[in-house]
Amino acid sequence: MADFQLRRSLLYVPGNMPSMLQNIPLFHCDGVIIDLEDAVPLSEKDAARILVKRFLENYTERNKEVLVRINPLDSKWGYDDLKVVLPALPDGIRLPKADTPEIVERLDTLLTEFEEELELDIGRFRILPSIESALGILNAKGIARTSNRVFALAFGAEDYTASMEIERTAGGEELFNARTRVLWAAKAAGIQAIDTIFADVNDMEGLRRETELIKRLGYTGKSLVNPRQIDVVHEVFAPKQEEIDYALQVIDAIKRARLMGTGVISLGGRMIDAPVVKRAVRVLRTAHAHGLVDSIVDDEVVHGAE
Amino acid sequence: MARNSLGRILPETFAGKKVVPYTDPWLLQPTCNRATRGLKRVNPGEKKLLGNLKEAIEAAGLRDGMTISTHHSLRNGDYLLNQVVRMIDSLGIRGIKIASSSIHPVHAEIIPYIRKGVITGFECGVNGLIGELISKGELDCPVTIRSHGGRARSLITGDVSVDVAFIAAPCCDEYGNMNGAFGPSACGSLGYAMVDALHARTVVAVTDNLVPYPASPISIPQTLVDYVVPVETLGDPAKIVSTTTRITTDPIGLQIAKYAAMVIETSGYLTDGFSFQTGSGGISLAVGDQIRTLMRKGNIRGSFGCGGITGYFVDMLEEGLFQTLFDVQCFDLRAVQSIGKNPNHLEISADMYANPFNAGAVVNRLDCVILGATEMDSDFNVNVNTESNGYLLHNTGGHSDTAAGAKLSIIVAPSIRGRLPIIRDAVTTVTTPGETVDVIVTERGIAVNDRHVELKEELARRRAPVKDIGELRDEICRVTGKPRPLEFEDLVVGLVEYRDGTIIDVIRKVKE
Repeated sequence: MADFQLRRSLLYVPGNMPSMLQNIPLFHCDGVIIDLEDAVPLSEKDAARILVKRFLENYTERNKEVLVRINPLDSKWGYDDLKVVLPALPDGIRLPKADTPEIVERLDTLLTEFEEELELDIGRFRILPSIESALGILNAKGIARTSNRVFALAFGAEDYTASMEIERTAGGEELFNARTRVLWAAKAAGIQAIDTIFADVNDMEGLRRETELIKRLGYTGKSLVNPRQIDVVHEVFAPKQEEIDYALQVIDAIKRARLMGTGVISLGGRMIDAPVVKRAVRVLRTAHAHGLVDSIVDDEVVHGAE
Repeated sequence: MARNSLGRILPETFAGKKVVPYTDPWLLQPTCNRATRGLKRVNPGEKKLLGNLKEAIEAAGLRDGMTISTHHSLRNGDYLLNQVVRMIDSLGIRGIKIASSSIHPVHAEIIPYIRKGVITGFECGVNGLIGELISKGELDCPVTIRSHGGRARSLITGDVSVDVAFIAAPCCDEYGNMNGAFGPSACGSLGYAMVDALHARTVVAVTDNLVPYPASPISIPQTLVDYVVPVETLGDPAKIVSTTTRITTDPIGLQIAKYAAMVIETSGYLTDGFSFQTGSGGISLAVGDQIRTLMRKGNIRGSFGCGGITGYFVDMLEEGLFQTLFDVQCFDLRAVQSIGKNPNHLEISADMYANPFNAGAVVNRLDCVILGATEMDSDFNVNVNTESNGYLLHNTGGHSDTAAGAKLSIIVAPSIRGRLPIIRDAVTTVTTPGETVDVIVTERGIAVNDRHVELKEELARRRAPVKDIGELRDEICRVTGKPRPLEFEDLVVGLVEYRDGTIIDVIRKVKE
């Protein structure tokens, strides 16, 4: 159920640091982005690739989504990154500098080729394009719809501000338009939106403010640079008790409706139908991830039995 | 040879003393009376103030083969023990045993005097190079390691009888009243020295801050002090309260702290009246910080915090989260400042803190204690004395005392240290028996001793990563591989005494 995959927190982990890679299974983030790009110095590109492959091969009890940020496809490392890492089965690729739909399409084609070669289901490897330039922002709508592999758009403010030749500020006003455009493009395509990193790892209040903002806007998660940021982001994304209570009532109501052979029912004078149920399920899955409810709602509740 | 209840093989005797094997944490019942010393009389007009350490050593009648003590509240900033040993040497006295409350790396300066035969034994644990050299067989100097409570017990029962106690007194008058709260060498609590003041045959106060009579407040009174000696300086203030007490920022350490706090919250002890001890390490402080947040959130008013006290504990006292602090040792400057002014910040003796043979120590009233480890094993035994290289590098502190006393003793440690797994099949040295250890917390999971089935179930219900200790050990070893066992020679160079005086383990010479 990719639809409900929680991606509140996607933690960057440098691909050249064994001491950090080995802790990936231990962190409570929803996903990791193992970085072969910016975090890895040029002299270590080969070594990091092999290290990441070995780590993934040994990380058999996967307990979170694993993405690998490869080097850009037009660099001399991008293709080899895929070649070495894909056989170790990451869940997907975070594609940097996804400025145009064509760049994403190219990755899509490469992934299909690798899947055929590795005898995997076509579409197994997912794509998270990074929208991190003015061009990328303008093309976001097309990029979001390039491929079924694209499950979300990720906004990258560090590169974006560099491409705009502006400074990133604490308030983040300079990001507002770009952030919103990425979000619209993602939502219009029915996929998730992941916000940019917050670079100051000691400013937890700043991180909290920014996360509250992006949650209000509609982002479903955030990229993180330090494991210490996970808790703050999860706290912000944690559903409130009222939301949980209401969601439970909605699920209860729709179950009754299904028994009566209908997909719509009224709850306290409000109509409960598929979108409302979907939202309730999302609230409850998030609540479950936070340990606030005991059981997961199954898909049958949303769509009804066939 | 004898074998104690943990299967550790012990010699019959060590350094001329009979070895009593450890059997169990609770049952040994003392039958002797408290140790005594001669009565004294000081008439009006008699002076206690002497010119220097030499005069004090002579006045105390220190002779070959006797035992001296100091306290370690000046920590690694202490100058006194080194000064005393140098003076003893210059007077030609030999065969002295040291029964201080602890030995720090700064005291490596006395190594030449061990080689020379001035110092011939330690009736206390040692931190740093001295222990390493003893483990290597390079220093011939028998060591008996004791916990804080065990040391107090040994003086009180007379197992160790101190002939002359040299007590560093940061604030002292000419008649011997003293406290640790004020002066250039202020160290706060004089909790360890209180026991020496009551039991040493001769008590010498040494001060670099002689104040007009009477010194106030009085931690150790004039009635217990025979002589007062002024010296230029007792120690290096920068190192006395220098413990770098900072909450860890390491994500792994924080994760461990989070799990530990979860264990405490789940245990049900975190309610009004909660009592707590945590150390000064980065992870321990992080646990404290989490507990503070939980107490604030739940509007919980605790009873007391105890042990070595840090500024973080002082903040919790001042915030009203705890009613009282029981302070046997101050770890930082804020703790020292607080003990000098806050009437609810109580100075207590090591006897009151942790001695098993009195009418009830403070540790008996502890709900939760957070402790560290250099190694643990699948029987929950904990080592804090030796490192994975087999060298004796650390003293016990209050580890085994608080583990025995507290309702819930929690060991926190990263699962891998220096590429080695922290949980072994058997620890190199048992400091604290598994019978007194309740929970082990690493970033890879929480192991709960089988005695706490309910806690284990409740943690699992709350989806904490509860694992069987063997499972946790195997998981760590899958990452690290299994380390080759250390090799030791038969020669015993030290004893690890349990708090009740029985021998829980020995330190053997490491095969090089």
